[in-house]
Amino acid sequence: MRLKKTKEFVIEFLIHTSGALIIGFVVLIFLFLLKDSLSLFRTYSLKNFFFGKNWLPISEPSQFGIIPLVIGSLYVTLVAILICVPTGIAVAMFIAEVAPSYLRIILKSLVEILASIPSVVLGFIGIVWLGPFLKNALGLSTGMCGLTGSLLLAFMALPTIISISEDALVSVPRSYKEAAFGLGATRWQTLWRIVLPSASSGIIAAIMLGIGRVIGETMVVMMVTGNSPVIPRSIFQPLRTLTATVAGEMGETVSGSEHYFALFAVGLVLFIITFIINFLADLSLQRGKQ
Amino acid sequence: MLSIKNIKINNIFFYLFLLFVFSCVSSEKTHKGPSGFIQIKGSDTIVNAAQKLAENFMKEYPYVFVAVTGGGSGVGIASLINSTCDIANASRKMKKKEIEIAKKRGITPKEFVVAYDGVAVIVNKNNPIDTFTIDQLHDIFTGKITNWKEIGGKEGKIVTLSREVSSGTHMYFKEKVIQLENKNSKEEFSPQTLLLSSSQSIVEEVVNNENAIGYLGMGYICDRVKAVKIGKDNKFYPPTVKYVAKGKYILSRPLQMYTNGEPKGVIKLFIDYVYSPQGQRVFQETGFVPIREENASEEN
Repeated sequence: MRLKKTKEFVIEFLIHTSGALIIGFVVLIFLFLLKDSLSLFRTYSLKNFFFGKNWLPISEPSQFGIIPLVIGSLYVTLVAILICVPTGIAVAMFIAEVAPSYLRIILKSLVEILASIPSVVLGFIGIVWLGPFLKNALGLSTGMCGLTGSLLLAFMALPTIISISEDALVSVPRSYKEAAFGLGATRWQTLWRIVLPSASSGIIAAIMLGIGRVIGETMVVMMVTGNSPVIPRSIFQPLRTLTATVAGEMGETVSGSEHYFALFAVGLVLFIITFIINFLADLSLQRGKQ
Repeated sequence: MLSIKNIKINNIFFYLFLLFVFSCVSSEKTHKGPSGFIQIKGSDTIVNAAQKLAENFMKEYPYVFVAVTGGGSGVGIASLINSTCDIANASRKMKKKEIEIAKKRGITPKEFVVAYDGVAVIVNKNNPIDTFTIDQLHDIFTGKITNWKEIGGKEGKIVTLSREVSSGTHMYFKEKVIQLENKNSKEEFSPQTLLLSSSQSIVEEVVNNENAIGYLGMGYICDRVKAVKIGKDNKFYPPTVKYVAKGKYILSRPLQMYTNGEPKGVIKLFIDYVYSPQGQRVFQETGFVPIREENASEEN
């Protein structure tokens, strides 16, 4: 009896600490980023950082304006989401509700294979095939542009969105569907008005994770978007994202230099953006439940 | 019972360990020549040559392990300052600011010019233009000329390609072509310029895009792209070993290796190897210009 109690206590304690550890890690990461980013603002003005239109880290004097990077990141992410969310949910609906069982098995395993393609490989495909293809098909000046990045990112986020929304759709209670059919609803009406809304919280979670994947992805965008630090006027132009900037420049900076701190500040901005996205998604999830 | 077994097992491990130690010591004694580990980082321009040098060096001195990674001159210099490499490859000279920071950290960079390199400007094979002046390049890369038609080519918007800012070639090109060697110049690469993360991706884009123009270390020139002639006053020279060695090709620069203080031990051995005829031959084979006059003249 006593043994059981201690065992219970130990397990409970472990679970508590691991929960606390996660919170601790997030706070520590935030503090770490904050500490090094704030060092930048001792020598560089906040206004020039947040509203500066030029990212020229190695010029004399250096300019660290992140407007082009933020807009670049938002552009790529937004277009990728516009592509992958509708298609992802549609595929999930097909797999969960429409496809015959043999097709379902094949599709599910194919989606899993899709998820396991390394991002570098997608980058290669982007450089060698997709970029030139888009250039010729759309008559662009170069294939290294935002759209190429968006398409590849959408491709990368698809498996996440498909498999999680599919799980959510499948776990809708059978009785809901039976009730709908009993009232004379067609298959489409049931799927669209009953199953989809009841699975909405899971689907929103899927979209959130997809967005997280897209905005944080580095390798693909660094390889295919051209990385021009210009404020993009359309998705068909080369652009530079926050992640690619940190990855591309971190290696050359001397730790403790202004450029080094500027990259930390970029990391902090990225962290805050993802935090806001998660927060908003959480909010809508809560509202959906009420 | 259990504990006795454990002891026995421990004993066996102990003897095995002893055996291992002795074998190490004895094999140490049979080493012919020096042993050690050298970490080399830096310029992507030099990385292929450095890799080859390291391989040949390791054949000669099998007990010295040499690891070579690229990343750009800035990466190498930063690593030297952060004490994470023994030799930094750089296709540009260290900046004053960098030397100051290094000294603050107790590191005294020592420079070795190991070879010369030309920076080639490449265009697509279907581009009719063969020759450029530095001023033309300046206008193209700063965005003053945006259409090939303006300099006698086919209609088409020029796509300028550059390396990332961590690249020594980027720095060199900026000083020489963008700022036209005026240190106080405020000119910048046109913001439309694509910043690509490797020389190879510049080649790929130029192969795929008729309107692209890019620059890279002369060792990366291949048959799939066209390296243009550069000069002035109707005297244009291609980026070849011959013209770089003679100093006729304008866009040429020294390549250097930096060590922390006077090199010692295996690092000295490696630097000496780089300067030896075998070492210099490697630079020649990978498309650079050897530092030794006699080697350069052989090529002519």
